[in-house]
Amino acid sequence: MTYVRAFGRFWWDFIVGDDWRVAAGIVLAIGLTSLLTHKGVNAWWLLPAVVALLLAGAVFRPRKA
Amino acid sequence: MTTTTALIVAGAFLASAVEMVEAVTIVIGVGVVRGWRSALIGAGAATLVLAALVVVLGPALTVVPVKVLRLVVGALLLAFGLQWLRKAVLRSGGYVPMHDEAEAFRREQEEAAAAASDERAGLDWYAFTVSFKGVLLEGLEVVFIVISFGSAQGKLGLAAAGAAAAVVVVVLAGVLVRGPLERVPENTLKYAVGLLLTSFGCFWGAEGAGVHWPGDELSLPVLIGFLWLVSFLLVQALRRRPVPLPSGAEA
Repeated sequence: MTYVRAFGRFWWDFIVGDDWRVAAGIVLAIGLTSLLTHKGVNAWWLLPAVVALLLAGAVFRPRKA
Repeated sequence: MTTTTALIVAGAFLASAVEMVEAVTIVIGVGVVRGWRSALIGAGAATLVLAALVVVLGPALTVVPVKVLRLVVGALLLAFGLQWLRKAVLRSGGYVPMHDEAEAFRREQEEAAAAASDERAGLDWYAFTVSFKGVLLEGLEVVFIVISFGSAQGKLGLAAAGAAAAVVVVVLAGVLVRGPLERVPENTLKYAVGLLLTSFGCFWGAEGAGVHWPGDELSLPVLIGFLWLVSFLLVQALRRRPVPLPSGAEA
């Protein structure tokens, strides 16, 4: 179990890092883009806009020491 | 060669160069103190494991439909790339100290000198394991980038060649210098890699979600320019802030 947990922890740190809100924002933005395109809206602008906001939020959000 | 292919090769080359600078620092730090044989065997073994991962996982992903692959790879690259970009912006903005390769080299040498002698299978086990782990962990990020770049665009061979070329260049530089490659502009390279990873993630993630980009692949350089502008403005804003943000975990 320890190895499984360590393996999971490694991949979590590797992909998500120390700010899960960024990863959650990406998933939500891609999901919303998919929803809009299925409704007939070519929402190419949505993901770049969300990524810019996520980056700004991640940069200015205080980090834990 | 299209613009997208050139950017894929450049991204794999730069990402590999950044990670290999850190790996070479570890191997040389250990090799100088503990002897070269075990350190080089450790580094070689890790390189073989990394190459095997690319050879096995890369072609295996070709069975996944391109649209699904781009959606997943795009999301992963975005999460991964934004980590690189955030750290590069924080470093450029003065909120996080730059990575000090000379300090890392000195620390590696001190630890290697203090470690007890332990011989297994005819190898200095400390030198072997530290080199192996150092190259493997630094190289895993490169493997991830090569596989995701290569599989999403069907250019695995070119992405792997770009990464391999960087390994050759950095190792040759390490052999010539025989010390830390501290003159490499590491944060600038990480900034560029972060921009490329995030831009490709955005491009493929949206394509996987069904978007048709205006101008198709021509929108990729525009996307890179847009994200560079956003990050540049963030760096300027950070530099104007009077009080630094707490950032202990970043260095």
